[in-house]
Amino acid sequence: MSTILKVAFRNILRNRRRSFMTGSAVAAGVTAMLLFGGFANYIFTSLETRSVQQTGHLTVFRSGYFLFGAGNAAAYGIDGYRSLVEAIRLDRELGPMINVVTPTQSLLGIAGNFADGNDASKTFLGIGVIASDRDRMRQWDEFKTGLITPPDPRFSDKEESHGLVGLGLARILLLCRPLALNCPAPPEQVARKSAGPVNADIADLAGREAGGVAAKADGLPQIDLLAATAGGAPNVVNLTVAGADPQGVKELDDNYVEMPLGLAQQLVYGRAEHKVTGIVLQLNRSEDMPAARARLAQLFKERGADLEVRDFSELNPFYGQVRGMFSAIFLFISLVMGMIVLFAVVNTMTMNVMERTSEIGTIRAMGVKRGGIRWQFIAEGALIGAIGASAGTVFAILVAALVNHGGLSWVPPGNANPVPLSVYVANRPGLILRAWTILVAVSVVAALLPANRAARLSVVDALRHV
Amino acid sequence: MPPVVRLTHVEKTYKAEAIEVAALRGIDLEISPNRFSMLIGASGSGKTTLLNLIGCIDTPTRGTVEVAGQQIGTLSDDALAEFRARNIGFIFQNFSLVPVLSAYENVEYPLLLVGMPAAERRDRTLAMLEAVGLAKQAKQRPNELSGGQRQRVAIARALVKGPQIVLADEPTANLDSATGAAIIDLMRRVQAESNTTFIFATHDPHLMSHADQIVTIRDGMLIDPTPGAAA
Repeated sequence: MSTILKVAFRNILRNRRRSFMTGSAVAAGVTAMLLFGGFANYIFTSLETRSVQQTGHLTVFRSGYFLFGAGNAAAYGIDGYRSLVEAIRLDRELGPMINVVTPTQSLLGIAGNFADGNDASKTFLGIGVIASDRDRMRQWDEFKTGLITPPDPRFSDKEESHGLVGLGLARILLLCRPLALNCPAPPEQVARKSAGPVNADIADLAGREAGGVAAKADGLPQIDLLAATAGGAPNVVNLTVAGADPQGVKELDDNYVEMPLGLAQQLVYGRAEHKVTGIVLQLNRSEDMPAARARLAQLFKERGADLEVRDFSELNPFYGQVRGMFSAIFLFISLVMGMIVLFAVVNTMTMNVMERTSEIGTIRAMGVKRGGIRWQFIAEGALIGAIGASAGTVFAILVAALVNHGGLSWVPPGNANPVPLSVYVANRPGLILRAWTILVAVSVVAALLPANRAARLSVVDALRHV
Repeated sequence: MPPVVRLTHVEKTYKAEAIEVAALRGIDLEISPNRFSMLIGASGSGKTTLLNLIGCIDTPTRGTVEVAGQQIGTLSDDALAEFRARNIGFIFQNFSLVPVLSAYENVEYPLLLVGMPAAERRDRTLAMLEAVGLAKQAKQRPNELSGGQRQRVAIARALVKGPQIVLADEPTANLDSATGAAIIDLMRRVQAESNTTFIFATHDPHLMSHADQIVTIRDGMLIDPTPGAAA
């Protein structure tokens, strides 16, 4: 075997230019696969980090909520959620896995701004959260992405009626000026047109239920949120809008309201027992998800609770779609690179066989078997592949390091703000091994055809070859 | 002493498109061991074909070829390769050294094929290089050697494993006369020392003058086809 490798290596050196070109094709293939794979890995990791920061790893719902609850969230409240949260937090198995466990309340309703002569309303999609838990969740960064959001002073546990809205909703509710936002004014003929009786009804209801609207607290605007309680009665609360943030997706941006959990519960449950629609679990490590999920199922069974658990990929279908898309592109790039390497190696090895036909005849006459000839040329293909793939790996790691330290940033789909652009190559040994192995294997397969042709040569014909 | 090569009613026909060309026609031949034997004849007479059959790198269309007591028609391709590796050495007109191997590695190569242990391999290779006067050139590649030196390496390579037969096809054709003469002397000496059978296909009158046995071939037939008659 050592003689085969020695001869293979020296023949590669003997045809330096040809070997270099073929090795370069392999190197380019590995570089492309690693850089794209590294970028896709970064996307997956960032997306997972963002998703887990926003929605945790697992969310406990009342059975049926995930599929049917969006139409009537209040009907799917979890009874006795406080004791359940405590049970989860103090559980011997779950406790050590958990970073944050926090209740949330989802709701739908109509938001209105009738202050200072305004007359604007819009349906909203709300979420009630515990601000301090939300801030802790945003610190989660298991994969060291650096995508950490500092605590938001505009939204804290102290301010029980302060909340945040999507930038689109703020624009529609004419909150741009009071919030000092830079957004365009609505067309005048539309702005002058009132929504009519609906807005008047909301304003009346808000005035009756909330003790008057349009008062500004701390110089911040207030809006009225109208929703149906779990019992079906209309209910209104005032929300002081502490800020407006872009949400990345227009539909969400035009509907989003984030408010303190207590305020959301007050709106949805009124004076009745306060419940929540979800209990969010953020784990310390993503790999604990299956174990945590299994333990939760066991816990619910023990308590006789009719609850279900969904993970972040189920709550954010976008995550799975992005993974699928990038995986498909990676596969496509791998196929293209594989084809290029295949043809380059076949071409080179065919030329090598042709040029060395006489040599093949000589060593066959000396007693080398057909298999020995076959292995000789396969070894050469494999060696060219291995050298090219190794060079490509080193090059990809260098380029990735350059990108990672280049201070580049970009706005990923669904994101509102730019994030640092990274390419994960050096810290992804699995990816390196996969790309390297695939292209070396392609080189071996490509060498098979010329190697077989060489092995099948008649000794006499090969010796006669000039 | 039984012959080291025995050909019985051997015919070899090549097909060129639809035309059959008879290269050998009914050859009966025996070659005695430990001799310096020559196959002579004009170009296209069939001597290289005959040499290929004796060297077990080709098979007859009809008839039997027995080399070193082995009927070669019964062996598989791998078994033939194994047989060649152990019993037959080749010296080619154009030297045919492996260009990426040094003189030492070229000579060592046949010993690797028979699985000789490293220490013995090294000793035999060095001794063989010494015998052909190339100990100092051991590390040089073929392109760094003269024609004569290359042929010496080829002779060392053919003899290093101690084969029963060494086949040489026009070994002096690509050498000047002085170098050719030196190579012939060298082959004569090592043949005598190693008691190996040398069979040549040649036109070289100087080489023929050293022959123990001459077999003349014309149009695929032996001039005197009586087995051993040329001895």
